[in-house]
Amino acid sequence: MTTMTIAKAINEGLRASLAGNPRTLLMGEDIGPLGGVYRVTDGLIGEFGADRVVDTPLAESGIIGTAIGLALSGYLPVCEIQFDGFVFPGFNQITTQLAKMHSRSNGNLTVPVVIRIPYGGGIGSIEHHSESPEALFAHTAGLRIITPSNPHDAYWMIQQAIDCLDPVIVFEPKRRYWLKGEVDTTSPGQSADPFQAHVLRSGTDATVVAYGPLVPVALAAASAAAEDGHSVEVIDLRSISPIDFDTVTDSVRKTGRLIVAHEAPTFGGIGGEIAARVSERAFHSLEAPVMRVGGFHMPYPVAKVEEDYLPDIDRILEALERALAY
Amino acid sequence: MGATHLPSTEFDGTGVDDQREAQAEAVLGDPAVPMVQLLSPDGTLGTDPVFSEYAARLDAEKLRGFYADMAKIRRFDVEATALQRQGQLALWVPLTGQEAAQIGSGRASQPQDYIFPTYREHGVALTRNVDLAELLRQFRGVSNGGWNPKETNFHLYTLVLAAQTPHAVGYAMGIQRDQKRAAAQAAAAGSAAGTQDPKAAVMVYFGDGASSEGDVHESMVFASSYNAPVVFFCQNNHWAISVPTTVQTRIPLSHRAKGYGFPGIRVDGNDVIAVHAVTEWALERAREGKSPVLIEAFTYRVGAHTTADDPTKYRGSEEEERWRAKDPLERLEKYLRAEGLADDAFFDQVKADGDELAAYVRKTTHDLETPDIRTAFANTYAQAHPLVAEELAWFEEYSAGFADEAEPADTEAAN
Ligand SMILES: Cc1ncc(C[n+]2csc(CCOP(=O)(O)OP(=O)(O)O)c2C)c(N)n1
Repeated sequence: MTTMTIAKAINEGLRASLAGNPRTLLMGEDIGPLGGVYRVTDGLIGEFGADRVVDTPLAESGIIGTAIGLALSGYLPVCEIQFDGFVFPGFNQITTQLAKMHSRSNGNLTVPVVIRIPYGGGIGSIEHHSESPEALFAHTAGLRIITPSNPHDAYWMIQQAIDCLDPVIVFEPKRRYWLKGEVDTTSPGQSADPFQAHVLRSGTDATVVAYGPLVPVALAAASAAAEDGHSVEVIDLRSISPIDFDTVTDSVRKTGRLIVAHEAPTFGGIGGEIAARVSERAFHSLEAPVMRVGGFHMPYPVAKVEEDYLPDIDRILEALERALAY
Repeated sequence: MGATHLPSTEFDGTGVDDQREAQAEAVLGDPAVPMVQLLSPDGTLGTDPVFSEYAARLDAEKLRGFYADMAKIRRFDVEATALQRQGQLALWVPLTGQEAAQIGSGRASQPQDYIFPTYREHGVALTRNVDLAELLRQFRGVSNGGWNPKETNFHLYTLVLAAQTPHAVGYAMGIQRDQKRAAAQAAAAGSAAGTQDPKAAVMVYFGDGASSEGDVHESMVFASSYNAPVVFFCQNNHWAISVPTTVQTRIPLSHRAKGYGFPGIRVDGNDVIAVHAVTEWALERAREGKSPVLIEAFTYRVGAHTTADDPTKYRGSEEEERWRAKDPLERLEKYLRAEGLADDAFFDQVKADGDELAAYVRKTTHDLETPDIRTAFANTYAQAHPLVAEELAWFEEYSAGFADEAEPADTEAAN
């Protein structure tokens, strides 16, 4: 066990994949000598060279499009998109090409491309640097989407994404890049399946499902609720596509109440999908409607007011109160 | 050069139709590159300082082969159009007029090269030994692809314009890395570097309309930045559905290459010999790692954009007639006959082979099996996926509910 930040854990995970397979390569803007704007690829170009850690032209469609070609020719490209709001020039390549290549080739071709996207707010940044567009990608069949919330997962999930034959988007919670935690680099342990949700805290009165940046918030809310005498179970979803509904519904069958929290706007978001599935699967176990805690239906607001936008402990507790009131 | 004063553009009054310099260097590097033509519309073979050497590699058999290919694919095109008219295909994308551009370039590729088409490259598919009946699966609505690209190194058609151009560059970057690694391994093993031949290149096809898409720009930037072994083959057939090339660009498309720092050549796209020569030159150059190349094949789509379209709404019949006079098949036929390289028996045989192909395609199209939607469940992901599994299980149960209803009908039909 060693202690490191999420950023460092991803860096170590990338290093392990680059060392383990000569066909793995990284590509993105400023990922070479600079090490990426978040320094996630720090030092890798020195170790593996410019052919494997590729500073690309400033062109998101080009990055993802060429990564598809590299994957078709047998490589395992890992693309870094600099910020969440800048993935859209590459959206066409991701949704019309990357997601569909396997199915339209009747299974003859695989495109094991990984796309890393730092996402989410809370860092006081300017426009287009704080968005959570995961639902836009989750709606597209053919993609897998994961999001680590702690260094151990970050270390293993990036490697598992690279090993996966399907395209995987890794949404990295950028405001947690500096969150420290223990990493067991010898074994993934319970994290062996990146598409499985983890129950981080068990409880009996309600379940809070969160992922990525909101996992620490959900845990803090559960601690606060415990002081008021409420036993709250916390699930780290980890995978947004596919979603591990079994773990979620098992929990709801036990607690009878569910709150889903994410930073992305509530409308049309992942929370709605979870609420709908759980009501289909475990309607009779529910003591209250599924509550969603998320961002508002507005472009991500200016940094000075983002505190009012982002779901926090109190917003989760407020939803819990409403659920408990039924 | 046979026809020395060909215009480099058909645009009026732009002043870009500069004349060709005799120097070979200028042919490859001058921004005012005029059009390379070897076989003129009247069937006479001219000379070119650079490309005659490539044309000289073509013996009578190869030239007859070009003709046979062009005739075959035109016959196929007629058949597919008829199949669409009869309701057997949802849509067809005809290539008539562009046979030389496709056969000439496709025949210049080597088996180890990888080709990314758009959706009209039926002639290129022929040169890559794709079973032409497989091309129709997509248009009949039984597949979104229809063939296994790994078998022929001919990628699937793409309907999102220009989306395949960065794929081509990425694939070329992969080839580049393979060669580097092979050379390093060879060096480590003590053998001479470069023994990993044959070297490969990638060729990607797109239209003059698609050239406006951002992906073409991005892929050319990548190709240039990494010196990827890729040949961009733009078939300027003058129309993007109803929009003329002049709306896409104010300079000859081949001139754009200069801005990216690699050679751009305009070739007479109705001259199969010139197209073959230029493409062979470009692919050799790419395989050797010298640079990417942009080829603009100056050609014309004689028919409709697709079977859904009516060209009389946007262009005059005089224009079509002007281009029909430059027909790629006719000019090669004239040449072959004049030189005594092919006789009536040959042309009769070509026609008979075309009819045979058409009959095969017709029969195979009728026989194309509708896939089971379970194949779509199976192919959405490469690895097991719980949501797909859950939805498939639901579908199976749901479908099973109709089993009782289906049975009496089946029995009736059997009786
Ligand atoms: C991204 C995108 N936009 C629009 C279309 C619709 N569309 C299909 S073909 C076409 C014109 C293409 O012209 P060009 O690139 O010159 O190729 P051609 O069909 O003439 O061979 C258009 C606009 C499309 N397929 N993809």
